[in-house]
Amino acid sequence: MGKEKLKPGPLARRPDNSAFKQQRLPAWSPMLTANTVLPFFYIMSSVCLLLGVWLLLTVQSTHELKLDYTEMGDCARCFEMRKNVSSAAQDCTCTVGFSIEKAFKGDVFFYYGLRNFHQNLRRYMDSRDDGQMVGRKRRLKNPTSYCKPFDRDVNGVPIVPCGAIANSIFNDSFTLTYLSPSGPVDVSLIRKGLTWYTDKNIKYRNPKTDNLSLAEEFEGTTRPPYWQKLVYQLDPADPTNNGFVNDDLIVWMREAAFPNFKKLYGFLQRAEKPFTNGLPKGNYTIQISYNFPVQPFQGRKEVVLTTLTWFGGQNHFLPIAYLVTSSLILVTSVVLTVVWWKFGKGGKNMEE
Amino acid sequence: MTVLNEIPDKWFPIVLPLHRKKKKGLDGKSKKARTEEERKVRANDREYNEKFQYASNCIMTSKYNIITFLPVNLFEQFQEVANTYFLFLLILQLIPQISSLSWFTTIVPLALVLSITAVKDATDDYFRHKSDNQVNNRQSQVLIRGSLQNEKWMHVRVGDIIKLENNQFVAADLLLLSSSEPHGLCYIETAELDGETNMKVRQSVSVTAELGDPNNLASFNGEVVCEPPNNKLDRFCGTLYWRDKKYTLTNQNMLLRGCVLRNTEACYGLVIFAGPDTKLMQNSGCTKFKRTSIDRLMNTLVLWIFGFLVCMGVILAVGNAIWEREVGSLFQSYLPWDPPVDNFMFSAFLSFWSYVIILNTVVPISLYVSVEVIRLGHSYFINWDQQMFCSQCNTAAEARTTTLNEELGQVEYIFSDKTGTLTQNIMTFNKCSINGQTYGEVTEPLATQRKAGTFSFFFLHISSLQCNSINVIMVPSSPVYPQKLDFTGLNPLADPDFCFYDDKLLESVKVGDSHTQEFFRLLSLCHTVMSEEKSEGELVYKAQSPDEGALVTAARNFGFVFRSRTPGTITTTEMGRTVTYSLLAILDFNNIRKRMSVIVRNPEGRIRLYCKGADTVLLERLHPCNHELMSITSDHLNVTDGLRTLALAYRDLTGDEWEAWSESHRFADKATNYREDRLAAAYDEIEQDMMLLGATAIEDKLQEGVPETIAVLSLANIKIWVLTGDKQETAVNIGYSCKMLTDDTAEVFIISGHTVQSVRQELRKARERMVELSRARDGGKEDGTEAWVGVGDGTAVAAGGGKQLQGSPFPPPHANLMDNISGEFGLVISGHSLAHALEADMEGEFVSTACACKAVICCRVTPLQKAQVVELIKKHKKAVTLAIGDGANDVSMIKSAHIGVGISGQEGIQAVLASDYSFAQFRFLQRLLLVHGRWSYLRMCRFLCYFFYKNFAFTMVHFWFGFFCGFSAQTVYDQYFITLYNIVYTSLPVLAMGIFDQDVPDQRNLEYPKLYEPGQLNLLFNKREFFICIAQGIYTSVVLFFVPYAMLSDATQSNGVPLADYQSFAVTTATALVIVVSVQIGLDTGFWTVINHVFVWGSLGSYFTIMLALHSQSLFRIFPNQFHFVGSAQNTLLQPVVWLTIALATAICIVPVLAFRFLKLDLKPQLSDTVRYTQLVRQKRRKLAGRSAGGAWRGVGSVSEGRLGARGGSRRSGYAFAHQEGFGELITSGKNMRLSSLALANFASRHSSGWIDTLRRKKNTHTPPCTSGECSPAPSIISGSVPPLSNSSSLLGGSQDTPIEEETVTAAAQTSALTTAPEAAAPQASAQASTAAPVRHHGTDSPGGWTLSLGTVQEALFGWKGISQRTSASNSPGPPSVAKETIQMK
Repeated sequence: MGKEKLKPGPLARRPDNSAFKQQRLPAWSPMLTANTVLPFFYIMSSVCLLLGVWLLLTVQSTHELKLDYTEMGDCARCFEMRKNVSSAAQDCTCTVGFSIEKAFKGDVFFYYGLRNFHQNLRRYMDSRDDGQMVGRKRRLKNPTSYCKPFDRDVNGVPIVPCGAIANSIFNDSFTLTYLSPSGPVDVSLIRKGLTWYTDKNIKYRNPKTDNLSLAEEFEGTTRPPYWQKLVYQLDPADPTNNGFVNDDLIVWMREAAFPNFKKLYGFLQRAEKPFTNGLPKGNYTIQISYNFPVQPFQGRKEVVLTTLTWFGGQNHFLPIAYLVTSSLILVTSVVLTVVWWKFGKGGKNMEE
Repeated sequence: MTVLNEIPDKWFPIVLPLHRKKKKGLDGKSKKARTEEERKVRANDREYNEKFQYASNCIMTSKYNIITFLPVNLFEQFQEVANTYFLFLLILQLIPQISSLSWFTTIVPLALVLSITAVKDATDDYFRHKSDNQVNNRQSQVLIRGSLQNEKWMHVRVGDIIKLENNQFVAADLLLLSSSEPHGLCYIETAELDGETNMKVRQSVSVTAELGDPNNLASFNGEVVCEPPNNKLDRFCGTLYWRDKKYTLTNQNMLLRGCVLRNTEACYGLVIFAGPDTKLMQNSGCTKFKRTSIDRLMNTLVLWIFGFLVCMGVILAVGNAIWEREVGSLFQSYLPWDPPVDNFMFSAFLSFWSYVIILNTVVPISLYVSVEVIRLGHSYFINWDQQMFCSQCNTAAEARTTTLNEELGQVEYIFSDKTGTLTQNIMTFNKCSINGQTYGEVTEPLATQRKAGTFSFFFLHISSLQCNSINVIMVPSSPVYPQKLDFTGLNPLADPDFCFYDDKLLESVKVGDSHTQEFFRLLSLCHTVMSEEKSEGELVYKAQSPDEGALVTAARNFGFVFRSRTPGTITTTEMGRTVTYSLLAILDFNNIRKRMSVIVRNPEGRIRLYCKGADTVLLERLHPCNHELMSITSDHLNVTDGLRTLALAYRDLTGDEWEAWSESHRFADKATNYREDRLAAAYDEIEQDMMLLGATAIEDKLQEGVPETIAVLSLANIKIWVLTGDKQETAVNIGYSCKMLTDDTAEVFIISGHTVQSVRQELRKARERMVELSRARDGGKEDGTEAWVGVGDGTAVAAGGGKQLQGSPFPPPHANLMDNISGEFGLVISGHSLAHALEADMEGEFVSTACACKAVICCRVTPLQKAQVVELIKKHKKAVTLAIGDGANDVSMIKSAHIGVGISGQEGIQAVLASDYSFAQFRFLQRLLLVHGRWSYLRMCRFLCYFFYKNFAFTMVHFWFGFFCGFSAQTVYDQYFITLYNIVYTSLPVLAMGIFDQDVPDQRNLEYPKLYEPGQLNLLFNKREFFICIAQGIYTSVVLFFVPYAMLSDATQSNGVPLADYQSFAVTTATALVIVVSVQIGLDTGFWTVINHVFVWGSLGSYFTIMLALHSQSLFRIFPNQFHFVGSAQNTLLQPVVWLTIALATAICIVPVLAFRFLKLDLKPQLSDTVRYTQLVRQKRRKLAGRSAGGAWRGVGSVSEGRLGARGGSRRSGYAFAHQEGFGELITSGKNMRLSSLALANFASRHSSGWIDTLRRKKNTHTPPCTSGECSPAPSIISGSVPPLSNSSSLLGGSQDTPIEEETVTAAAQTSALTTAPEAAAPQASAQASTAAPVRHHGTDSPGGWTLSLGTVQEALFGWKGISQRTSASNSPGPPSVAKETIQMK
């Protein structure tokens, strides 16, 4: 078949004698012999071991502090208050204290964490309009139907940003104070640069401003029902952090894969003493503007302070997993070696 | 088996089943035809005929045209369950509440699948259009208004009179009106119609025959009333009304479309049926759709997977219900339920469907497409295989169906036709014995012996599990064949194609030995061959049986040239001198007489009777003075293994004797009652007291390499049954010559009973005898004796008991026992016994008996029975069957077997058209099965295992994620990944593996036929393997979900941004998945060609490329809502922790697999592993030695000259007439001779009745040959040993003192007898049932004892060495390895 070449003679229909057609392509046919498999196992084992040890050592040098403030201290009052929907608009501020036994050296990152909050539900994740967030004007006024029921308010005014994700934005705010021997010092956190570069610069754009202010751009839209502020009021001070390109909004909009997650709130500004080397040991307090209700869904809120290594934050699972894998491979390879030595050495079974 | 109407009616319903259902709707006319009750056709009257709206002669086999293609094709495709299923999924996805995936995840693959299939269908249909056009536009001459005009075939109408010329195809079904030949005769070849190449005669009704030329025909206005169109090729009934008279029309008057006119200058016919109504078209139904066992298994598995899918869906839906109730309801303030959902139950219901959509990838749509693509690839490889190309007939192998390839690797039973398949249907004059001197056989051993000193020979004997033992004599280099005799010097009329090797015979003729001359004179006179001399010296013989042709050709070459004949004379050229004999009588052949004679008067006036016939009948009729010569000749006849022999004798008659006999003959001939008997008596009277001249032996030439192929195939544990329409003797002879039966076959049971009782009895006796023999044999062994005796006794009892329970189903324990019988038995069953054996209550007995035999030969079977036998095995054995044949009579079995193979290029194309595979030579079967079949099976199995694995690994991750995302049917991966995973990222490497993988090279496949066994036992892909794959897939999915989960849930990027966001997780898991399945395919691929490398690396590359592209900002800018993964790939893949995660997941997934495989390979290696290993070691050694030894071997492997000398020591002579009686009469009546030649003779019709009528009469009065025990020459004994067949003593003799010139097959029991020979295997060796026990003879021990280079077999035996070494090592550790080394040196 294929293209019939018009060859003369009695062999006109003879198939081509090409390596491909005759299935004689040169090929490498590897085989799982002891010479290859056993060394591979040992090498694998040792590589994993080395990696595990290295990672473990690295992890040991990091610090992490988790603080579940849901009902901690006087936050219990706010927790009770948020239970009640009628008091949702009322402010509630509480303070929790903690101490650091060992100084956090280097960059310190401040996260807020939520437990049992499902950002990964299908309908929740669908409930957003990336077209709107990238500043499409048409979308601004006509949010996608996926945003329902958070696409328009009762009067039919489009909600910006629309959808369940934006609506449920985490709106607690934190002020960290170092109770230094010489009196309380506010720890200033940098609240910008918390996002992926691509998110901040590509994925989220404010509507094009033809010399219009943000407020004018967003004219004819309203805020999500759970929001206190309009979208262009998120950070009036900094136009590069306002509207859709607000870091907190972007961070929230990047949905977590699992119901327990943490999100970056800010990182330590190390410009001034005593924070140039990180957080010194001592006592700290966090003043929390307690807005986000977690009680309805039986969630917890926490703050996390951590330092980083080359591969990110503290992660004990990684080295341990490597060490366990390494030892399992080692055991396997020893077993294999023994079996091979006893039963299959030199292709004993192959000779039959 | 020449004349078409001899075929019994019942053949055809099966031979050419009528499949007209496809035609309905597409061809409205055939619908009308169904209601047609009778057909009226008036010649030369188009207006009249048009009233009936008969189908035109335009045929249409195509299915679509440009407009109907799309709807019809789509409609057909959606009849496939899989396609409909995906359509259903697509509809589900359009419901927003359910849609967990975008619609394009389904529609893209679906569209791809549909369009690939559509393109294929369109191409097929295009070629059909083309061939239709070609046929429809053929030219034919139509008589219109009194003149002949050229018309295209498609414009020929019913009622037209058309003119056919010699060698033209018949355009439609015609009523023969007149022909250029006398008596309105014409000759046709029906090869395309029924596969028979011999010519058939048709005769027109006498009134129309007289019309002759077009002028008269133009005024012919007869009207034919006949039956409506049907598919019966052998039957036609109608009436011709003309000039107020009625003439009955039969099939004898019809020329059917598809026939070719031969030996007839021209003829005229009236179109009765045209186009779709012709018998050819009515018979060309679509073939039965065949499915492979893998297909069926796959469908079952897919159903199971659907079940599994539903289970998963239910579990997750229940989970969703619980979650929504416990958590979701509380979460409502953030995410209220969608409007139609008002409670958790409804949510769960929707979630079920959502999960069905998500998890549907466990049954990926690409599975079916990929399977098709792989099969297509394999089919191409079959088409491309040069080693299956026959250069003589310029035919390559062809896979005509692309859906059965892997089943080729599972064949257990082969049903083979004989004539044209095993044999070439070419008879060659092979040997002769003249006056006690034998000629023609010694040549080969002598020639080779001369060379013996320069080679080393190895005699190998192996016996394998399935009692297929074969002794192969190895030839390390191609043998030198003796020179073919050159006859041209002696005789300018010699046929250059004739081969004979013994120059003594030529010498004898040259010196003028009177016996020799008389011998050849007889051959040149005593026959019914017709000659045609196109130009001076260029003779063409038209023999009615190929045997006769061979004999006359032999005589021609030895100087006794038959030139021409008239009804009363025969002209020959004897040693250059032209002699004309007057032919006094032909004493014709028939099946009872088994001889024919001629009585001739030579120019000198001497009257002599020449007779040739089966030795059994002829030797009794000799003059007593021949006694001595008779015994010598008889001895000679005894050593003709598988040849068809004839004894020749003459008798001088005095004029008075002749006159007297002639009178009585005439009297008998004129008798109206018992004419046959009287004639026979008259013949018998004169064929007495003859003088023996000698005997001839004709070789029914086997196809090239048949014995080797059969040997290899039976080593591969494939059972071969020969089903032939031939006589028992011929069939048994072929059984011997192609080594199905051998001298070591312990016993050949012949079942030829005529009643149910006797057949049952014979089958029982055969079984009892088998049990007895195999017990006796096994009893001789040291080990396992007791067990065998016990079992054996049980059998005997059971068999005895079975006798009383007549008609009861066979007792199962007995049947099991029959499976264990390990003897060398043969079973020969004739058609009439088979008819009884195939009855419902006998089936079981027949199957169990037959399957215990190594060789089964069914002779005189009808095509219907062939199919029944195949069906029987299919039913009882659940084994894959393959039928191979070349003629129309094989069509039924080709269609009913799992795989049908047609031999192309010989007879007609009917078998090829019905077949699934076709090639030109039987020997290609071993390559088709052992190489292509095995590879296909292996590849398909590996493909399926991997495919299910990768999809479970891919899909089940969603399941685990369900527990973390509130069972909300959130996918783990990006939707584009889901769309592309199966069709881009992972499709090509597995396709490459499925198409190109090889575990061992093709040569090794042929060397180690045992490699074929896993396929027969269905080991590589079955339910167990499937579950292993599934388990592995699920394990991988667990690892792929939980490792990233544990790693990432707490991790952050190195800039502090958490990594646990959904998109990073999706990218990480997807990447890990792609890498893991790529590594896995790497492990599964055993044969890394460039293509595999390109595909594997290319797939990985394409994954990253496409992912980066899809996550790029440019796409996002255009469709922000569709590509919201913007930047994920870059951000995620730059993180070291992600790569650490991927690496760990890969290691955890792969290491257990690797360890498991290594252990399996180490502890329980398969034969293929062993072969690979040996190959590896060999390669290393070769590398060390710095030279390659492979080339030398391969050279030997390809040598197969197909010229197998006569071997064997037992007498199996059979009479050799494949004759049809009646030709003598035809000759003497002169009816079949041209008028021109008749004019020379003073022709007087002695037989006033038409010869055809005579023929018909004979047929009715005669009992068919061999329907009664008396007429079968070999006594139809059962169980009692057939004496000539068991001659183990001659074997021993052969191996010790005389050169072994046969390919001896030794039963394992007899190996103990061979222990006298050096390096023989001990009896234990044969007890090792699972391995071969080689018995090696050093070539020097029995020099010169070889004749044959069993190319592939011998390599196979070399290969076996490694395996057999273990068993033989304890006894003869030295020599085998010596032998091995020696071989490697070569």
